Amino acid sequence: MAVESALIKFVKEKFPNFVISTHSFRNDDTIVIRKEGLKQVMTFLKTDKNTLFNMLVDITAVDNLGSEPRFEVIYHILSLTLKLRLRIKVPVEEMEAEVDSITSIWPGANWFEREVFDMFGIIFKNHPDLKRILMYDEFEGHPLRKDFPLKKQFPRIQMREVKTKY
Amino acid sequence: MKKEKEDKKDFQEGIELFEEKIDGKHHLLVNMGPSHPSMHGIIKIILELDGELVINSEVEIGYLHRAFEKTCENRFWNGVIPYTDRLNYCSPIINNVGYVLAVEKLFGLEIPDRCKYIRVIMSELARIADHLTCIGAAAMELGAFTVFLYAMKAREYLYELLEDVTGARVTNAYTRIGGLKADLPNGFTTKTLNALDKVKEVIKETHALLTGNRIFIDRMKGVGIVSPEDAIAWGFTGPCLRSTGVDYDVRKAFPYLVYNEMNFEIPVGENGDNFDRYLVRMEEMIQSIRIIEQAFEKIPSSLPTTEGLEYEPAKIIEMAKKGLVPEDKDTLKLLLPNTLEGIDAEKIRDICSSDKSAVLEPKEEVYTNIEALMQHFKLIMNKHGIRPPEGEVYFPVEAANGELGFYLVSKGEDKPYRIHVRPPCFAILSALPVMIKGLMVADVIPTFGSINMIGGELDR
Amino acid sequence: MSGEAGFLTTKLDEMLGWARKYSIFSYPFVTACCGMEYMSVSCAHYDIDRFGAGWPRFSPRQSDLLLVVGTVNHKIAPVLRKVWEQMAEPKWVISFGVCATSGGFYDNYATVQGIDRIIPVDVYIGGCPPRPEMVLEGLMLLQKKIASQKQELF
Repeated sequence: MAVESALIKFVKEKFPNFVISTHSFRNDDTIVIRKEGLKQVMTFLKTDKNTLFNMLVDITAVDNLGSEPRFEVIYHILSLTLKLRLRIKVPVEEMEAEVDSITSIWPGANWFEREVFDMFGIIFKNHPDLKRILMYDEFEGHPLRKDFPLKKQFPRIQMREVKTKY
Repeated sequence: MKKEKEDKKDFQEGIELFEEKIDGKHHLLVNMGPSHPSMHGIIKIILELDGELVINSEVEIGYLHRAFEKTCENRFWNGVIPYTDRLNYCSPIINNVGYVLAVEKLFGLEIPDRCKYIRVIMSELARIADHLTCIGAAAMELGAFTVFLYAMKAREYLYELLEDVTGARVTNAYTRIGGLKADLPNGFTTKTLNALDKVKEVIKETHALLTGNRIFIDRMKGVGIVSPEDAIAWGFTGPCLRSTGVDYDVRKAFPYLVYNEMNFEIPVGENGDNFDRYLVRMEEMIQSIRIIEQAFEKIPSSLPTTEGLEYEPAKIIEMAKKGLVPEDKDTLKLLLPNTLEGIDAEKIRDICSSDKSAVLEPKEEVYTNIEALMQHFKLIMNKHGIRPPEGEVYFPVEAANGELGFYLVSKGEDKPYRIHVRPPCFAILSALPVMIKGLMVADVIPTFGSINMIGGELDR
Repeated sequence: MSGEAGFLTTKLDEMLGWARKYSIFSYPFVTACCGMEYMSVSCAHYDIDRFGAGWPRFSPRQSDLLLVVGTVNHKIAPVLRKVWEQMAEPKWVISFGVCATSGGFYDNYATVQGIDRIIPVDVYIGGCPPRPEMVLEGLMLLQKKIASQKQELF
């Protein structure tokens, strides 16, 4: 077990109730937190003068099909002033796939959250306009889930007949 | 007759749908796109207009969604590289470099110095090509067709260089995990420096045509302004963030490869408007040229190739069948076909990591040595392949549009469990409604052009 | 018209074909990476203008060649068909690049496996993206086809 970085220690001491686990694989500081504390932790990390994570870099999710909890929502945040990076992970159950939206903290989260909703079907509570972004309304299902077949298509218009073998 | 009536009714209903009554005024909804003449890339902007003023707007994307992430979860680690080409297709090599750096971080691989320098040189060439495309296309949309022709002319010189090294003009797929496809060809340095001189000329010409041009200034200056606070909150990176005065560049803030040894400046703007974004891009090209010139001075030269007789692979196999061994076994060299130029065993050692679990053996070894042959098959056969350790990494590089990040999750298998790309223009484009609010319809075009949206990385 | 075509109509056909093949107005439906090569083809180095197909028309109503440049997915498919329907006869379609031709290496839930499932195609150009020389060859093939086909006047 590697030595905990100062940043992880700092957050862990501040929010002992919310932090589930931490790791620093290849020096990427990662903190897994409970989803109830997401907004609180994020607001703290953004405003506190020791962290000052002023930019939200990315939001994505991972589908760990077969294990519980099934989904993980992953936030990458960056502090431009302190040159720090941090990864926050939030485990989400399949039956209750809901997370608080953080668009009120970073407006840039808007599209990233819509993309995660589109691709994984995870709902972001209090999101201003949660709808599909990359796929279209006729599309059924969420393509990046591991149980979605790679080649299942939902055409929007009648396709022409073509010779498939020559 | 009846049909005509129905058509008329439909038309009326359509008009009513289009005109919404807000505050007693008629607002017009206009669809801009997905196939619009003055937009490179397909995207739909729904504008709510009051006369010519943009009251509100909504951006719809996804018209180039080709399932990059899902497809790559079904490919081998090295097989992902061609897909990364097609993310930002204006500067494919930066995507290649970003992806392999992420995988190398996952592995904990160390790569040779020469490889690092070559990656830097190629990335910067790609960055210049990208900026030329962006500026040329944006100027064309404003009617400055000459600039477009000039920029494409300069880009063609760079494409010829890229083709010399990688074999492809646009989709290069040049990097490999732990190294490169091949070493630089002979005489590349002089050729590059000559081409860069020509590019510098074009940059000068572009300055002469645009920077003082009254029409261009009027349409660019003071349009699409973003404040630094807004830019940071929306997740802007790259030239769009730097134009607001924030000097964040991944190459300086989190140096990778050999950027910390290079002497270059980060150009920043003041106002964060379209004109500043244009100026930042112009200056960045000059800085990229500086980086390339320094890299050519510092790059460790490859070892001189040893002299020896050259054999065709088929001939060696024939000899082996007869139980013969070539006399000059130690200095034996293989006569490789032209497509494999630059990957002789000596050069591979300079440009590829020595880690046998990730990098293919040189072809000479594979043809003449049983261990190397087994190793080769071990890495490319189905159900074997490259297997990074279990874990997750995020690696950012400075792409032409901003921070391009690859988030990889490995479960210790030969295929990535999850690949996610953090596309720079995704975050920037999500702020487009804020940037064009209160502007005229005509201002949408230069604002959109200066963002440099690339469909491939936006929709993936 | 029934039976054999007369001397005059054949000559008229030939003349129209000759005129039509050198005045191609193209509508570039640019979606993806192939657009980079489309830019190269249309600019000074490769100069598509030599073949009389230089000036792109950005309105489907005024063009007779639809260049589908790049990947077409299911979201854009209705748009592509609409653009094609809006073009006036006679019209031709070139599928530019392997993604438009067959879906290329994007065999997945989002991508249409070839635009011939949406609209009829005259010339397919392979390559990912095709080199400018290949594009010019495809254009020359189309010109041959235009010149040799029966010319509809009305």
